[in-house]
Amino acid sequence: MSEQGTERRDPVLLEGRALVKRYRQPSERLFRREPETVALNRVSLAVREGESVAIVGESGSGKTTLLKQLLGLETPDAGEVRFAGTPVVPRRGDRMLWLRRNTGIVFQDPYSSLNPRMPVGAIVAEPLGALDLPGDHRALVIEMLERVGLPADTAERYPNEFSGGQRQRIALARALVHGPRLLVGDEPVSALDVLVRQRILAQLTELRQEMGLTLLTVTHDLGIVRQLAERLVVMRRGEIVEAGPIEDVLTRPEHPYTQQLIAAVPTLPRR
Amino acid sequence: MTLSVEQLSVSINDRPVLRDLTFALADGERLGVIGGSGSGKTLTALAVQGLLPRGATVSGRILLDGVDVLALDDAELAKLRGDRVGMVFQEPKTALNPLHRLGRQMTESLHLHYRLSRGQRREAAEELARRVGLDDSARMLRSYPHQVSGGQRQRAAIAAAIAANPTLLIADEPTTALDVTVQQGVLRLFLELSETQGQALLFISHDLAVVAEVAERVIVLDRGELVEEGRIEDILATPRHPVTRALIEAADGRPA
Repeated sequence: MSEQGTERRDPVLLEGRALVKRYRQPSERLFRREPETVALNRVSLAVREGESVAIVGESGSGKTTLLKQLLGLETPDAGEVRFAGTPVVPRRGDRMLWLRRNTGIVFQDPYSSLNPRMPVGAIVAEPLGALDLPGDHRALVIEMLERVGLPADTAERYPNEFSGGQRQRIALARALVHGPRLLVGDEPVSALDVLVRQRILAQLTELRQEMGLTLLTVTHDLGIVRQLAERLVVMRRGEIVEAGPIEDVLTRPEHPYTQQLIAAVPTLPRR
Repeated sequence: MTLSVEQLSVSINDRPVLRDLTFALADGERLGVIGGSGSGKTLTALAVQGLLPRGATVSGRILLDGVDVLALDDAELAKLRGDRVGMVFQEPKTALNPLHRLGRQMTESLHLHYRLSRGQRREAAEELARRVGLDDSARMLRSYPHQVSGGQRQRAAIAAAIAANPTLLIADEPTTALDVTVQQGVLRLFLELSETQGQALLFISHDLAVVAEVAERVIVLDRGELVEEGRIEDILATPRHPVTRALIEAADGRPA
């Protein structure tokens, strides 16, 4: 599938056009050419300002590879990425601060993504320092921690004093402290139990409204997308097999793979 | 009765983590243990195998096939594990040894208990591969864990757990690390195994929808206490505890 039409009129914030990415696999024999895997096969995706898009796929679908190209963390073999109209071209030595200033990322595992030796205040302040932003960093950090629902003394404490859900709130605060336009989540609630997951999803929705964020989330879990996004993109083997408004895709999936994926989500028996 | 846990309380460094836990598992029964993180689910599974961490204070009784697990010494516990109880963990990548072929790992406990010849061991491995649905068994048994998919690894880990025909199989979030389409097959395997082998199953998860696919009865844990217990249909129809209701709500907001 190529371009996806949307009814929204808002300007496009993030766009990938015909992205291709190949990886070399280790060769089975010495001196033989390494076989190649096509991780992304001409994938196009546009995320409009203010919308929330979820990319769903299983392992090996290319969803994380797509994210890396969109964020300028890798260079695609073909195709182009634009953020708010500006081409995203990773170059050696270019930290792309303009793009970092406009984006924040939350990863899956709140245990490995926070440095255990740093107090939370310093962790959350990291982007402010790295981007060399003006202003009272401490005040910004305190305000952000409060916004994600953490107690006032959080800044002085260390990550190990917090539960998984609280750590993910800390990760959220770090991703948002510099006021980005786009928040990217890579399996942001997959490591959390279902009860904590609900609260973090609700928090995300609230922050999105308050801060006018655009949201792009990749996940393997179809169970969370309804709460999180308005538009769903389904990937398999490096290609987008289906995309559209969440309700349409979930209730009338067209592609057999989407149907299979939806049928596989464990649900409670009808009562 | 395969398993009977009576008034089990556990504290670690003077912090109570399980409080007065009482439940039983009949022969061949499939019991789900459900709760959020920190509810004591995993600790319950470890206690049943005598695997509590050092510094844990324990009171109460755990009877497995009539034997009090808490009264056993290390050698007796080692024999109990693999022989009477098989355990499947969340992440088969870490549960399996990366340096050994799958066939060898699947038959490890059998070999420890019965000292098999090479031929017998190969035969046993092939039989196990068939039982857990590992297709292309000749190649699978020769493979190392990193050479096969996550679903295949978990099937191999399940084979290792059931090799010595334990009376109780414990599974702690066994499908959480798997893709949904793979998860379905593994859940079905647990059901099949329980039906064909008659093993009792203790199935732990934070996801009630997953538990509902395999368990006949569930216990709900919250902060180390059993807060609700019953047949899965009854719990779903008339949940009494707020945690149970929250777990149902969390599992309900999904595409049907």
